[in-house]
Amino acid sequence: MNGRTPNQKAWWLVMPVVVLVAFNAVIPLMTVVNYSVQETFGDNQFFFEGVTWFEQILHSSRFHEALQRQLLFTAIILAIELPLGVAIALAMPRRGPWASVCLVLMAMPLLIPWNVVGAMWNILALPDIGLLGHSLNALGIDYNFTRQPLAAWSTLIAMDVWHWTSLVVLLAYAGLSAIPNAFYEAAKIDGASAWAVFRYIQLPKMKRVLMIAVLLRFMDSFMVYTETIVLTGGGPGNATSLLSIDLVKIALGQFDLGPAAAMSLIYFLIILLLSWIFYAVMTRDEAQ
Amino acid sequence: MRRIKWLLPALYILFVLLPIYWLLNMSFKTTNEILGSFTLWPDHFTLQNYRTILTDPTWYTGYLNSLAYVLMNTVISVTLALPAAYAFSRYRFMGDKHLFFWLLTNRMAPPAVFALPFFQLYSAIGLFDTHIAVALAHCLFNIPLAVWILEGFMSGVPKELDETAFVDGYPFWRFFIRIFIPTIAAGIGVAAFFCFMFSWVELLLAKTLTAVVAKPIAAVMTRTASTSGYELGLLAAAGALTIVPGAFVIYFVRNYIAKGFALGRV
Repeated sequence: MNGRTPNQKAWWLVMPVVVLVAFNAVIPLMTVVNYSVQETFGDNQFFFEGVTWFEQILHSSRFHEALQRQLLFTAIILAIELPLGVAIALAMPRRGPWASVCLVLMAMPLLIPWNVVGAMWNILALPDIGLLGHSLNALGIDYNFTRQPLAAWSTLIAMDVWHWTSLVVLLAYAGLSAIPNAFYEAAKIDGASAWAVFRYIQLPKMKRVLMIAVLLRFMDSFMVYTETIVLTGGGPGNATSLLSIDLVKIALGQFDLGPAAAMSLIYFLIILLLSWIFYAVMTRDEAQ
Repeated sequence: MRRIKWLLPALYILFVLLPIYWLLNMSFKTTNEILGSFTLWPDHFTLQNYRTILTDPTWYTGYLNSLAYVLMNTVISVTLALPAAYAFSRYRFMGDKHLFFWLLTNRMAPPAVFALPFFQLYSAIGLFDTHIAVALAHCLFNIPLAVWILEGFMSGVPKELDETAFVDGYPFWRFFIRIFIPTIAAGIGVAAFFCFMFSWVELLLAKTLTAVVAKPIAAVMTRTASTSGYELGLLAAAGALTIVPGAFVIYFVRNYIAKGFALGRV
């Protein structure tokens, strides 16, 4: 975005997008704000409640636990998917038909509807009919993700790694293929080790796309809903109830509109704040 | 070292294909065989599940509904995002940075937060259970994404192109449609691919905004659990068919896919 001409009429070009997105974002958001400060007993009767729901949510141990599970989940999948994705991108062929084959095959999980992803992993992991569940039990490992919290978590993480590592691979691959061959030749003449090539040529060139990877994976892992609800339904108990699942349980399960709306806003603000930090860091590096 | 380098991608691809294989395996079995015995490939190979889905209107209209709103959304998102992305990549205007970030925040909004208000909003304007409702709702996250991708591609086009055209006396829209759009055709393809993909995989909003007429395939699939017990064979076949459109479009953008995932910023 460098070297742009000042032109206030450019607003007309962005206007259609602004109108449509505002229609979709501002009205629903205001509805949520509206609910979050009121109490309802049905029949469209509402009473002003002020910040009661916010206080209640911020002090509820249920929300704290869901948030902790969410942060743990996000931390684990980032810690696995980023290094794994970069390693795969480094090892895969850079050009030629094999590169295309790899890219197309790896991109497959990204294009499967999320509920199908959940259903696929469900039938893969079921202890009686699933390939994974059956094999693990046949090997003498007691595994049942519908009953053991640890097994449920492992399955959930394996599913997310399966689903999204390809995104990191594709991003890292894009960064790597932008490096001119001359860089590698120069490194070869200097007798640089593979580690030095990675540390001083490949990693700096991938920095930008890896920031996008972190941002996207962070945002999306915080919103994950459909796959988890199909795979584990948030269980056993509440073991895998991440923020989204807990929110939908309150909003549509118990129909507690006020607390659900307050929780929505707090939830959204957390994502917004953390994403803003990422975005600020990204654009600051870009400006340099 | 160099010889075993292919091992990691190969193992990963194996891992990627494993659940897909299991899904296909199940889709060629009868539900009885799935529940009755554990076999690595179908003992009694059957196409009955696929036949049911492709001949029963309650099933295949689900695919048509999904395709309808996904295509509408792709067209709307890309068309509106094009001029906006141009503005962000070429001009400086009041509040541009804030506007760009505000657009991105909508990519971050968890659909779970918006499900209920969306239902009320689209019911109030009389669009509930229509394809266009889902198409418009998906614009919430697809337009920001399309703007982001297109802006990346457009910033890669030298500004001299625009300046030369304007000096030659091209009016803005003629330049934009005749010269600029063909120049970034690859970027448009990639943006369209991403809109298609994210609209195709999203379920929560699509399910919330539809009931009967515009019900997406993903919502039809949940039916198998409630009516006739678990029709696992049918469920697997329906799931396998949802992979087809994605595999199809991915083939067209295979050369640009990596650049596209990097949002045009490499």
